[in-house]
Amino acid sequence: MAAETRPKRPIRWHIGIFLAPAVLVYTAIMILPLAGTLQLSLFRNIEQHQIFVGLENFRTLFGDPNWSVGFWNALRNNTWFFIIHMLVQNPIGVMLAALLSSPRLRFAAFYRTAIFVPTILSFVIVGFAWKLILSPLWGVAPHLLDLVGLKSLFTPWLGKEEYALTALSLISVWQFVGIPMMLIYAALLSIPEEVIEAAECDGITGLSQFWKIKLPLILPSIGIISILTFVGNFNAFDLIYTAQGALAGPNYSTDILGTFLYRAFFGFQLQVGDPNMGAAIATMMFLIILGGVCVYLFLVQTRLRRYQF
Amino acid sequence: MSTRSLPRTIGAHAILLTYTAIALFPVILVIMNSFKSRAGIFGAPLTPPTPKTFDLIGYSTVIGQGDFIHYFQNSLVVTVASLFFVLLFGAMAAFALSEYRFRGNSLMGLYLALGIMIPIRLGTVAILQLMVASGLVNTLTALILVYTAQGLPLAIFILSEFMKQVSDDLKNAGRIDGLSEYTIFFRLVLPLVRPSMATVAVFTMIPIWNDLWFPLILAPSEETKTVTLGAQLFLGQFVTNWNAILAALSLAIMPVLILYVIFSRQLIRGITSGAVK
Repeated sequence: MAAETRPKRPIRWHIGIFLAPAVLVYTAIMILPLAGTLQLSLFRNIEQHQIFVGLENFRTLFGDPNWSVGFWNALRNNTWFFIIHMLVQNPIGVMLAALLSSPRLRFAAFYRTAIFVPTILSFVIVGFAWKLILSPLWGVAPHLLDLVGLKSLFTPWLGKEEYALTALSLISVWQFVGIPMMLIYAALLSIPEEVIEAAECDGITGLSQFWKIKLPLILPSIGIISILTFVGNFNAFDLIYTAQGALAGPNYSTDILGTFLYRAFFGFQLQVGDPNMGAAIATMMFLIILGGVCVYLFLVQTRLRRYQF
Repeated sequence: MSTRSLPRTIGAHAILLTYTAIALFPVILVIMNSFKSRAGIFGAPLTPPTPKTFDLIGYSTVIGQGDFIHYFQNSLVVTVASLFFVLLFGAMAAFALSEYRFRGNSLMGLYLALGIMIPIRLGTVAILQLMVASGLVNTLTALILVYTAQGLPLAIFILSEFMKQVSDDLKNAGRIDGLSEYTIFFRLVLPLVRPSMATVAVFTMIPIWNDLWFPLILAPSEETKTVTLGAQLFLGQFVTNWNAILAALSLAIMPVLILYVIFSRQLIRGITSGAVK
């Protein structure tokens, strides 16, 4: 804009030089492969040649029971995985943040640091540590339940089809509760002092202050956390792979889109890997995540913005 | 006021303490039991090691069997190199976006921000083909490239927010003194945004160090295994050797935990300073 009014202005090469490395690496390693993956999903390897087949791979994915049963199962499991996170992780995160942000709370720094510890550990550590704890061989879990008189409730959760997925979701919740806690905590700290004082003058304190004043003000952060959870969950792989292996046992009951993609791409047992089917599944994941992000950007965020100001 | 809030304070502490216990229990349990003999692990898993149950057999198995030092080196090289490139390239791009008005500025910002929401993992199929074509499979370079691309979007987003806050007067004073744009960036702006660079560093580092997916797919060879992948394979092999498993887990936990304890202040300040809005 300013450049147009002064036509003699030299080309500002430094802008290009500042941008170039980041844009090049990002485009070459992230954007082009993403586009390439979407493109690959429209091709099929026939006699060593990539042939354009249109939506044939997707027809296989949804039409061929060998694929469609697995895909819908993974999608259903993934949705349940996400629901558990939304219902357990985020409310706990908000509650912990609300408690932490109460004024003059002692040891707040200690609690904050300690509760965030699981988040920095890798899935491999988390998956294995919980596998050991829940293992009937070691007996830590039944022993602990025994202390509160609930030993009869114990079963090998990770080994039972009906509980394994929920148990793994809760392990993931345990690991990541620190993130909503921190983000909400930051949002609560940024609420202006005057707002809180005004509420106190009007006699709104404690719990009702939280529900009526603070919660509406942190809604945008809750929106961000929801979309981060959504993207993270529909892209998850490591925890299931570590705890249950690529076959996502027992009997595929913990299979989510990430593990399904891995098996399609690399093959397992008798099935050989198929990059094109892998690309088709990755494309479906891309569409799901893109859909979620769009819902957030166009429906949730615009409304929350209006609410905030 | 204070008398009324006393029960509430106790309640808050009770809830927070309970949750802290839940968060730390598995970690403490694993570390504690890694120092015990097999009988101690199974006989009394919840008690700290006593002179009778103390045993380092797990650690000697792990150090004797796995090539953990080597894996550790690989992880360190990959993490440090990626971090360096993310910070350098990210800061440069963030400076260009926040400092200069040029046509396509906001479009470029949007383009670079895409990667915050769309995970790079979805491009794996084509990334693998790319790496095979360029002969980079089973090299640490492949991992460094991927992690640099993965870290850039968020780094640029956060850093450009901070760079907007650097005073224009300072930069203009530099220009009047005849400093080049590069000197202004490296000498004036970078030192001022150092705290936010630290935040970005922590955010970038944790997912890279912990990633299992790309090492598994791009660099699974013995030479290039990272610590996360090495631990995963090692743990799979030693399913029945509980001493070794617990020791390996502890060895994997401790470096991260020590770093975290040192940098937690920085990390938490970064998160709560409103860097992530």
